Amino acid sequence: MVQADIRNQRSLTIAERVLRLNWLVILLICGIGAVGILMLLSAAGGSVEPWAYRQTIHFGVGLILMLAVSLTDIRLWMRLAYAFYGLTFVLLVGVELLGAAVMGAQRWVDLGVIQAQPSELMKIALILALARYFHGASLDDMRRLRVLVPPVLMILAPAALVLRQPDLGTAVLLVLCGTVMVFLAGVKPWKLGAAVAGALAVVPIAWQFLHDYQKARVLTFFDPESDPLGAGYHVIQSKIALGSGGLLGKGYLKGTQSHLNFLPEKQTDFIFTMVAEEYGFFGAGFLLLLYLSIVICGIMISTRSDNHFGRLLGMGVTVTFFFHVFFNIAMVMGLLPVVGLPLPLMSYGGSAMVSLMLGFGFLICVHVHRDISIARRPASGPP
Amino acid sequence: MQGEIGRSALFTRRAVLVGSLQALLIAGLAGRLYQLQIVDSERYAMLADENRIDTHLLPPSRGRIFDRFGQLLAGNRLNYRLMLIPEATPDLDVALTRVAALVPLDTHERDRIEREVRRKRSFVPVMVREHLTWKEVSRIEVNVPDLPGAMIEVGRSRRYAFGPDTAHVVGYIGAVGEAEMEDDPMLALPGVRVGKSGAEKVLEKSLRGKAGTRQVEVNAYGRIVRELARQDGQPGDDHMLTIDLGLQQYAMARFGDESGSAIVIDVHSGEILALASIPSYDPNAFATGLSRREWSALISHPRLPLNNKSIAGQYPPGSTFKMIVALAALESGAMGPEQRFFCPGFLELGNHRFRCWRRGGHGSVAMVRGIAESCDVYFYEVAKRVGIDRIGAMAVQFGLGEKLDIELPGEQPGLVPTREWKRAARGTRWHVGETLVVGIGQGYMLTTPLQLAVMVARIANGGIAVAPRIMRGVVRGGGPIAPRREAFPSLAISPAHFDVVHESMRRVVNEPEGTAYRARIDEPAFAMCGKTGTAQVRRISERERRTRVLKNEERPWEERDHALFVAYAPVERPRYGVAVIVEHGGSGSAVAAPIARDIMREVQHRDPSGRGDAPLRPDPATA
Repeated sequence: MVQADIRNQRSLTIAERVLRLNWLVILLICGIGAVGILMLLSAAGGSVEPWAYRQTIHFGVGLILMLAVSLTDIRLWMRLAYAFYGLTFVLLVGVELLGAAVMGAQRWVDLGVIQAQPSELMKIALILALARYFHGASLDDMRRLRVLVPPVLMILAPAALVLRQPDLGTAVLLVLCGTVMVFLAGVKPWKLGAAVAGALAVVPIAWQFLHDYQKARVLTFFDPESDPLGAGYHVIQSKIALGSGGLLGKGYLKGTQSHLNFLPEKQTDFIFTMVAEEYGFFGAGFLLLLYLSIVICGIMISTRSDNHFGRLLGMGVTVTFFFHVFFNIAMVMGLLPVVGLPLPLMSYGGSAMVSLMLGFGFLICVHVHRDISIARRPASGPP
Repeated sequence: MQGEIGRSALFTRRAVLVGSLQALLIAGLAGRLYQLQIVDSERYAMLADENRIDTHLLPPSRGRIFDRFGQLLAGNRLNYRLMLIPEATPDLDVALTRVAALVPLDTHERDRIEREVRRKRSFVPVMVREHLTWKEVSRIEVNVPDLPGAMIEVGRSRRYAFGPDTAHVVGYIGAVGEAEMEDDPMLALPGVRVGKSGAEKVLEKSLRGKAGTRQVEVNAYGRIVRELARQDGQPGDDHMLTIDLGLQQYAMARFGDESGSAIVIDVHSGEILALASIPSYDPNAFATGLSRREWSALISHPRLPLNNKSIAGQYPPGSTFKMIVALAALESGAMGPEQRFFCPGFLELGNHRFRCWRRGGHGSVAMVRGIAESCDVYFYEVAKRVGIDRIGAMAVQFGLGEKLDIELPGEQPGLVPTREWKRAARGTRWHVGETLVVGIGQGYMLTTPLQLAVMVARIANGGIAVAPRIMRGVVRGGGPIAPRREAFPSLAISPAHFDVVHESMRRVVNEPEGTAYRARIDEPAFAMCGKTGTAQVRRISERERRTRVLKNEERPWEERDHALFVAYAPVERPRYGVAVIVEHGGSGSAVAAPIARDIMREVQHRDPSGRGDAPLRPDPATA
C-alpha cells in the first residue's frame, strides 16, 4: 500500500504525486485567473492588447511553475529553504544598488532576459525560511527568547530593505506574515503581544522615514474628500465605481467609471473595482467567496500535513495570500490606505503572478507530501 | 514524538483561530461591499453620472426684426469659421503656413492661435479665422487633404441689411457685460451676444429664445466619447416694427449733411413710421467687433452718432410750442381768439425788453395771425395772461415734459418748467419774464423730437391722447400681423378751439403771409398744416443787438439756432404727423420746413398706414 510506503519515507513516484495533487485548489486558482484575464480584456475595452494576452502567458508560465514546484519532493525544498532566502536577500540588496526605477520605486532588478521583483520573491523565501527554522524548534525551544531572535531578524531585515525601496505594502505584508508564522509556530501569546506593543511604539519613529507620498496616502485615507483631485482621487473614484455598480452591475465592458478612465490603475491595483462595477454585488461577492474557498483549502491542507515544515509552509502561503486579498479589497473600498498591493490572480503583472503561483506550488506540494513526516533534526537522519 | 503531537495540536488550534479571523475579515469586506453597492448605491450611481455626463448648451438662433412691410432689418448671416483641431494636426507651423497661403493670416493672428493651442486641450478646436467668404471657404475645402485637423464650422452672426438707416431703431448686439449676466446659463456661453441698444435691447428676452442642450459622455480628461441626448432649443421670436423702411431711408437721406431728427407718426394709431436720427453709425461693425480706434471715433464725434436724437435729444421747442400756449389760453377762458394785441417789435416788462423775431413788429395781431406769422409779442401777452401753471398743464396733456414710454431705450423726459420745479432745481422764485419766454417755447422748456411728433399728432386728431408705438408684435407663421388697435383717451378739449389752431397751422404753410409758405405742398390732396420753430441756443446780449446780431452762418456751428418744424397732413381728415429738428440748422422756415415738406409728401405718396400688409421678405442670403 502506498500509505504504508509513505510512512516508510520512501520518495513518491511521479505518478503517485500527480494522483495526490489537490485538484480543487487548482480549479479555484484557474477560475479566478480566468476571471482576471476576462477583466483585463474589459479594461482594455475588449482588446487582448495590452494586458489580457500577456497576462494569459504569465498565468500559463505560473501554472507550469506551480505544478513543477508541487511535484518536487518537499524535503528538497526544505533543504533549499535557507539558500533560497539568502539568494533572494542578496537580490534585494542588489536592487538597492543597481535597480532601475520603475513607477518611481526601485523594485525591479534586471536579470537580462527577465525582470524580477525580489520583494515579491522575498514573500515566499521568508515563508520557506521561517518554516524550516520553526520545523527544527520544539515547543520547549519556543519558550526560549534566544530562539526567537533569528526569526525576528529574518523578518525585519528584508522588511526594512523593502520599506526603503519604498514599498510600504510589501513591507507591512512581510512583517504581518512573519508574525502570524511565529504565532503558529507556538510562541506564547503574551510575548507576541509585547512585541506588537513594542512595534507600535516604534510607529512614530518609522513615520519619519516614510516618503511624502506615503504620508499623504495615509493622511488622505482618514479624509479622502479633503483632496479630491490629488491623493484622495483614487479612493473617491473607486468608491463611486463600486457603489454605482449596484446589485447586478453595469454589465461586461459597460463600466463607465473604468472605461472613461475615471478609475486609475484599473488593470492593476483597482481591478476588483472593475469587477464590482461591471458585475455588481453578486459578481464581487462571488469573487470574495472564491478567495475565501482558497483560504479554507489552504488551512485544511496545512492542518492535515504530517510534517511541521509543511504545516508552516502551507499556512504561510495561505496567510500571505489572504493578506493580499484583504488589503487590496479593503483598500479599493476605502477601508485602508492605498498602499499599492496587487489583487492575487487578478491584477496585471508578471512578477507578482509568478511568485504567487510559486506560493501555490508550495501549498500543493504540502498537500502532495502530506503523509511524509520529517524529523525535527536533520542531523539525526531518517529513523 | 510526544513533542511532535503537542506541536501539531497547538498548530491546528492556532491555524483554526487564524482561519476564523480571516473568514471574519472577509465577511467584513462583504459587509462593506453590501453597504457601498446596495445601501448607498443610488448616491454613487448619481456621482458616476455626474462624472461622465457633461451638458452642453446649444445657443438658439436669434429672432429676426422686420419692418412693417416684412423687410428684414436684422437677420442672422451664416458665419463660416476655419477651425483647427491641434491633436489631428501633425505640425501646427506647417499647417498655419499652408492656411496663410489660402486666406490672409497675419503674424498677430498666428500668435493668438499658437497661444490658444498651448492653453487648450489638444482635442478642443481652435478658431483660425471667421467671417470667411464663399471663395475662401471653397479654397479651403479643396485643400482639406493637405490640412489634416482643419474643418469649416458654420456659426451665425447678426446682419443688419440696412445698417446705418435703421441703427437707432433696431440697435445692435454685443458681448454680454458683467451687469447683464442673469440666471440664464446661456449667457455664459462664449460667442453669445445680447442686445445693447434699440429694439435689440428692448426685445432681448423674446429675441434670444431658449437654449437647447446636448448631453455628452466624457472621459476623465473631458474628451467627448459620444452624444447621449440632444434637445433642440427654441429659436427666438421674430418681431415686426411699425417702421416703414422706405420712408425711414428717405428721411435719413433727406438730411444730407445736416444733423438732427425726423419722426413720422400715424396720428390715429400712434405708430411710428419713421424715426430718423442723423448722423448714424453702422451696427454691423458692432457684431463683428469694433477696434478701440473706431469706438473712440464714434464716442468723440461732435454730432453724437450713437445718440438716438429722436428720443434722447432735448431741444427748446421754440415757436412750435405756440399752439399749446394758444390752447391753454382758449381752454382756460383767459381770452378769446379774437382778442388783439399790438406788436411794435418788442414788449417791455420792468426794465427788460422782450423782442419779436420781426424787428419792425406785426402791428395789431389776433390769434390766427399770431400763429400763422409766429408773432412773439402776441404770445408774450398771451402767456402773461394765462400764466405758467396753465401753460404747463396743457403742455403735459400734449405729451411734453414726461417720458412717453416708447419701446426704445434711452428716452429722455424733456422739461416743462413749473414754479415748484424752479424752487426745487434753482432755489429761486418764478418770474413773470420767464413765463413770457416759455410762451414762445424758449427758456427752460425742453422737448424731444418724439414729444413734438406726439404733440402734433394729438393736435391733428382733435385731442386724442395717442401714445407712440414702434413694436408691432411677434411674427408667427411668417404672415403679416394686424396693427394694434388701442382706444386712447380724449383730452376733452373743445373742437372749436382746435378749429382755431388748425386754421392757424393751415395758414402757416398755405397762405403767403405764413412763415412756411415756401414749403407748401402744391398737390391739394396732400396739402399740410404746420408750424415753424427757431430755437436759440444762446442768449443774445443787448450790446450785440445795438451793434449787429450775427447771422446764423457767421456763428460757429454749436451756436447756431436749431431749426424746427411740426406738421400734419392732409389738411382735412389728417393721417400723418411729422416732426423735424435740424440741429443748429438755422431758421425753421428755411431749413426744417422744406425737409418736413418732402418727408410729408413722401409719406402720403407711400401711404404706409393705408397700404395693406405684405408677406415677410427675408433676405435669401441669410437664415
